[in-house]
Amino acid sequence: MSGGHGHAVRAGAVPASVVSRLDAGVKVVCLVAFLFAVVATPARQVWAFGAHLGLVVLAVVLARMPFGALLRRLALEVPFVAFALALPFLGRAPFHTVLGVELSVPGLWAGWSIMAKATLGVLATAVLAWSTAVAEILVGLEELRMPASLVAIAAFMLRYLDVVAGELRRLQLARLSRADDPRWIWQGRAVAATAGSLFVRSFERGERVHQAMLARGFDGRMPVTTAPTARRWWPALAWPGAAWAVAAVAMAR
Amino acid sequence: MHVPDGVVDAPTSLAAGVAAVGAVALSLRAARAEALEARAPLTGLVAAFVFAAQMLNFPVASGTSGHLLGGLLAAVLVGPWLGSLAVTTVLVVQALLFADGGISALGVNVLNMAIVPAVLGYGLFWVARRLLPGTRRGLLAATALAAFASVVLASVAFTLEYAVGGNHAAPIGTVLTAMVGVHVLIGLGEAAITALTVGAVLSARPDLVHGAGELRRRASGHEAVAA
Repeated sequence: MSGGHGHAVRAGAVPASVVSRLDAGVKVVCLVAFLFAVVATPARQVWAFGAHLGLVVLAVVLARMPFGALLRRLALEVPFVAFALALPFLGRAPFHTVLGVELSVPGLWAGWSIMAKATLGVLATAVLAWSTAVAEILVGLEELRMPASLVAIAAFMLRYLDVVAGELRRLQLARLSRADDPRWIWQGRAVAATAGSLFVRSFERGERVHQAMLARGFDGRMPVTTAPTARRWWPALAWPGAAWAVAAVAMAR
Repeated sequence: MHVPDGVVDAPTSLAAGVAAVGAVALSLRAARAEALEARAPLTGLVAAFVFAAQMLNFPVASGTSGHLLGGLLAAVLVGPWLGSLAVTTVLVVQALLFADGGISALGVNVLNMAIVPAVLGYGLFWVARRLLPGTRRGLLAATALAAFASVVLASVAFTLEYAVGGNHAAPIGTVLTAMVGVHVLIGLGEAAITALTVGAVLSARPDLVHGAGELRRRASGHEAVAA
């Protein structure tokens, strides 16, 4: 449904801050609790979303994250923005006429709700991704009792992602340099063929990577070479706590 | 298809989360019977592949594009249990590291994109394999059919979740028509890419295609590979 997932996590090391020193497991729990508070907030209490945004900005400042890095993340929302924008036209009565176009009032609220909550979700998650090393997140998930075999799959996946993405870049460059620019579904054969050779090529490179890892003493666990983190639940949980307080007041109104 | 936060309400998101945890626990138990630890590298590679393949846009119509979801592809390559674990891993990492798909909607996304293709999609693949001739062409047709169905069924699953926990602003029939309509087109792309990928892997490394069954064992001779 969406246009591509061109991803890049932060380049280089995590800048030191109060947030980056916090234990990754604590941060994940805070993020989940915060977003459930956001989702539970009734859409018509517009002030509450301002308060939630304030909490996100607080986290951004504490993490010493540049706002530009934050805004780039918003591109991910695009496919569901289309869904949100369609709702005022598809929705039910009562209608409100704007410039001669009948817009559904519940549809407008629903569209606003999706946009506001999805935006807060993308922004809050961007702070976690910015302030936490990938290996730390895996350790954090393991501490949160995510099964070890899932963590192992995730570790291999992240390990292989560069291998696969590198192969994909080479294949796409080769395709584009031969002037392939498909616009319609029946022109997509070269794209599909790319996927096939991508799997075979990356499997064979991945096999060699795995053997090299074994030769260097890999025992099924990724080494973590990050600074020790602080496991301070209470000050950290104040952040989603504030969001839940906002949500509770908004629900009571 | 990556549902963000706020589309489905909190109780439904939580219920979907509980259901997803249950389904993943069942997959883990079933996968352990197939020597999960030894196959973790291959499963991780399939996950990385699905992750990367989602960056590959294919055209749908007039310059709009969709991308591979990869649930059925993973199931055919490493089996439904490891396949659903691979896609679940992709979704967890996308949600946490890339803000792609909402954190509160993770349960919804795992159900739609990892569990529906592994259970319904692979189930359909299994049935189609028995109805179609046991040749390479039959295998690829079953793969394409199940890949198409898994995308359309995922959009139906989303509509059901939206009917339960959405904002009830639009009539569900309208949402269903719109979602299924778009995903029929995306499903065609999914079917083509999945079948061509499985075909390419089958030609080069038939031992890597779990769903090939007896075709995998016969494939050392050339009659199964040539088609």
